[in-house]
Amino acid sequence: MLLIECPYCGPRPELEFAYGGQAHIARPADPSKASDQEWLEFLYLRDNTRGLFAERWRHARGCGRFFNAIRDTTTDHFVVTYKAGEARPAPTAGGAR
Amino acid sequence: MSDPKRQPPRIESRAWLAPLPAATRFIFRGGAAAAQAASRAFGVELPATACRANVAGARAALWLGPDEQLLIAPEGDATAARAALAAALESIPHSIVDISHRQVAFEVKGPDAEWLLQAGCPLDLDASQFPVGMCTRTVYLKAEITLWRTGADTFRLEIWRSFAEYVVGMLEESALELTA
Repeated sequence: MLLIECPYCGPRPELEFAYGGQAHIARPADPSKASDQEWLEFLYLRDNTRGLFAERWRHARGCGRFFNAIRDTTTDHFVVTYKAGEARPAPTAGGAR
Repeated sequence: MSDPKRQPPRIESRAWLAPLPAATRFIFRGGAAAAQAASRAFGVELPATACRANVAGARAALWLGPDEQLLIAPEGDATAARAALAAALESIPHSIVDISHRQVAFEVKGPDAEWLLQAGCPLDLDASQFPVGMCTRTVYLKAEITLWRTGADTFRLEIWRSFAEYVVGMLEESALELTA
């Protein structure tokens, strides 16, 4: 079974996790000033990266916390996981396996 | 084929699975200051280490998340514990929810306890990875459980009430394999 490293609990089975979509998408600070196009992009437009991709995961059946992970979308290899709110680690090529 | 090293199954005595008495349960959430105050009021040091439980007398505090703890006390302590926590935490932001009746507890005990739980739990329950005193929320097949290793061959399961029949049924079914 695929093990995912929860930043709080350590390596845990994939079954306990829920996917949360692309990471690091900031809500416009003042939504009423955002143009329709900006709002549309915030709500609906997501990258569809081939390779290393930063995404949100939730340890739903463990500690319950959201965190971010960089995963290689071609190999499903988790390169690194880090707590929500932390900056995205420098890109690494360590994902290819 | 049976493993000659394995103890004979004790299904007939059902000693391997026993319901535990009703208990008082709180879910505590709050920061470090609130956790300190709650530790003093509850009489158990709330664990700061991930996935660990602390016990003091008949009360226990289980780490469930970075700011979330499960507090367990005997059933008769409900009113006193609630009052003590409320008084100590009056001026500190926190949340305490009484979940005494949301879940029920079972004890899985015996030399095959680890094997039995491993049938439905994806964690590695070997003592090197899941030592005595470790606790965590996880899954047993399709149900969410809180698993706590209270002894070398003893586990406490906290199961949401409506899932209990399913979990116990699947444990009993898995145990049939021990008789084969």
